[in-house]
Amino acid sequence: MKCRKCGGKASINMRQHRLALCKEHYLEWIPEQTERFIKKYRMFTKDEKILVAVSGGKDSLALWDILTRLGYQADGLYLALGIDGGIDYSDESHRLTEEFAQANNLKLHVVNIEQEYGYSIPTLSLVSHRGHGKPCSVCGLAKRHEMNRIARDLGYDVLATGHNLDDEAAVLFGNTLHWSAEYLLRQGPVLPESDGLARKVKPLCRFYEREMTAYSIARGIEYIYDECPFAEGSQQIFYKEALNQLETARPGAKLTFYTRFLEARQSGNLFIEKDIEKAHLHPCPQCGQPTSTPDLCSFCRMIEKAKTG
Amino acid sequence: MTAKLILRNKEYEVKAGMSLLDALKKSNIVPESVIATRDGELITEDEILRNGDVIKLIAVISGGAR
Repeated sequence: MKCRKCGGKASINMRQHRLALCKEHYLEWIPEQTERFIKKYRMFTKDEKILVAVSGGKDSLALWDILTRLGYQADGLYLALGIDGGIDYSDESHRLTEEFAQANNLKLHVVNIEQEYGYSIPTLSLVSHRGHGKPCSVCGLAKRHEMNRIARDLGYDVLATGHNLDDEAAVLFGNTLHWSAEYLLRQGPVLPESDGLARKVKPLCRFYEREMTAYSIARGIEYIYDECPFAEGSQQIFYKEALNQLETARPGAKLTFYTRFLEARQSGNLFIEKDIEKAHLHPCPQCGQPTSTPDLCSFCRMIEKAKTG
Repeated sequence: MTAKLILRNKEYEVKAGMSLLDALKKSNIVPESVIATRDGELITEDEILRNGDVIKLIAVISGGAR
């Protein structure tokens, strides 16, 4: 397979875009596309101060790398959660994040949840009896709270997270399965600033998780490869696996699922009220059956077209 | 005439001469869920596996850390 830009040997093939690129051009393409999405969704400008939530994983470190390369003012925030899981998960992810910051001469804020509040995340989950024996909901809640607090306390204009399209599609899939209308209406690349809440953005939301993995490897970013020990068997991972099965059979399925959702949300067509559809129907001037298309109904148009060849 | 795929400490032996895509399917690995490297370099799914190749597969799904 050849790189579309230079004809050299391709390193990655993105079937949903029908685009194969060599390593060199892939490392250019990802930041270019990120910049495009930052502008498309009006996430932030070069004058604004960005706080990047970094976990030591591939997506957040790649995001920090990309924003810095694009010339944005991006500092990092690492939350030490106190998760061990037999693999020193938090310590290892902290080490990798610190190393990345030092190697790239970047400013990193570190907040230790246990030092700050007296409990690590797993302990907080036990003592607060939240999450049915798993600390994931406590962890999510604590992270959202702390990321917002630090962004506001330290005067950042915007908080950026490394959510990729697979993350977004999995959340969308779950919310659709449950018809969680309120959550569906809130999901998007930008959550605007409101009273007490910092603006939150997801600059990588249009990249597949596979693409971010490839970017981190090609760029030589050392990231924590192990999953969080508590994530095993999680619903979100199950949804991601299901969506990847779908993607393998139908390239572009995940991208379409997410982008069409964003378009529908943007245009206000996500939920159509009961009578609206009826109100737009009118009788086809040819057959008299109700149609929503202007002039002839789709069937009559098809017949007309067939007749005229 | 074989090649080896390695994913999270698990090894899969496949016939040399087949494409990476076919090798993944034969090993019941969802192609979309991995990135493949040979000698540290990314390779695409049409790559024909050679005798003695060791292909390191990197699982792309991570979760719970954000």
